[in-house]
Amino acid sequence: MQVDSIKDGLVIDHVAAGKSMDIYHYLKLDDMDCVVAIIKNVRSQKLGRKDVLKIEDPVDIDLDVLGYIDPNITVNIVRNGVIVDKKKLSLPNEITNVVKCKNPRCVTSSENYLPQLFTLADAETRTYRCRYCEQKA
Amino acid sequence: MRHILDPLDLSVAETDEIIALGESVMSDGGKYSRALSGKILATLFYEPSTRTRLSFESAMLSMGGGVIGFSSEESSSVVKGENIADTIRTVSHYADICAIRHPKEGSALVAAQNASIPIINAGDGGHQHPTQTLTDFLAIHSIKGRFDNLTIGLCGDLTFGRTVHSLVRSIARYPNNRFIFVAPNELRIPGYIRQILIKNGVPFSETSTLEAVIGEMDILYMTRVQKERFFNEEEYLRLKDIYILDKRKLSGANSDLVIMHPLPRVNEIAREVDDDPRARYFYQAQCGKFMRMALMMKLLEVM
Repeated sequence: MQVDSIKDGLVIDHVAAGKSMDIYHYLKLDDMDCVVAIIKNVRSQKLGRKDVLKIEDPVDIDLDVLGYIDPNITVNIVRNGVIVDKKKLSLPNEITNVVKCKNPRCVTSSENYLPQLFTLADAETRTYRCRYCEQKA
Repeated sequence: MRHILDPLDLSVAETDEIIALGESVMSDGGKYSRALSGKILATLFYEPSTRTRLSFESAMLSMGGGVIGFSSEESSSVVKGENIADTIRTVSHYADICAIRHPKEGSALVAAQNASIPIINAGDGGHQHPTQTLTDFLAIHSIKGRFDNLTIGLCGDLTFGRTVHSLVRSIARYPNNRFIFVAPNELRIPGYIRQILIKNGVPFSETSTLEAVIGEMDILYMTRVQKERFFNEEEYLRLKDIYILDKRKLSGANSDLVIMHPLPRVNEIAREVDDDPRARYFYQAQCGKFMRMALMMKLLEVM
């Protein structure tokens, strides 16, 4: 199967097989007008199978969240059809409205105007905790 | 402007300062009788409370200030659907300082984010209860004279007992303390507290039998299994009387053991223990007022 190369945009590579739609939703791509190609189950030397997302001319994408989802993901920045930069993903200090606090006693469960805010508690164990009740993400 | 949401919002030096002021209030309350004259405390209690609310109010009145507030959701605009943010924005115009108790965890932070006056967390669900911790600190310091080199046993509901979490995290900042956690498997101390202790090299052990370890303790902190924290009545009934401290269990304890309890107690300490000189839980409740006087003076920057 042939999927066209993009001229300007992002190639999100090494996404775990089957997880591309999660990334699509996390990056809120459904709210954007840009062209998106989702390629599933591509053969990969590193992963066996992987997913790839190609996004043409994106605006305002919060890539930090990818570091939270999977640090093995690579992001290539494409300009004029050439990869000009490979973005290194790091764990964001804070993630907003990506995961929902599962503690039924958390204030976010009753005060619905509050953002679902999680902060990095331990980078070693990749642990995030709810800013309000300290529940693990 | 400072808020107190978590006992760790105060550094060790600030905690020591408040405890020293609390001890001064304890020995000469009259000296502070006009310290907060003209100031107003708002007590926003979305959950019932006896000691915390009354000690806050008594503390403010003892320093010449006034008190406004509510003691249940039913007597406020919450029944009309008002959220915490709007309530606190309004109250900020009517008071100089606010103590809030709310059943949801993290509610005091929401209040602080929307307030223009200092907020004191008077208990946010099973999460934090810093003024209870400071009360415990004042009781411990006034009896033992120190916060270090102590073996502290905590017994009962260590999962939902917010006073336990706050106390452990705070006292773990002082050197050479050791914790003994006594709880059934269902009510163990949470993993994140264990992680904090491990990370900071603070020794602790866990057991489900009080008698086996009571002899090692300088302080025994008993807790109530709280009905309001359970979703399942059956589970509550099964666990509620799992530990009852009585004279027989105390026979193996040190003569200078300090028995503490944040109160209210239900069955976890037998009435026969009340007359034992080691039982200090009513004294501890008394410390609550002095400590809250000291804390409000600090937050309102009059001391």
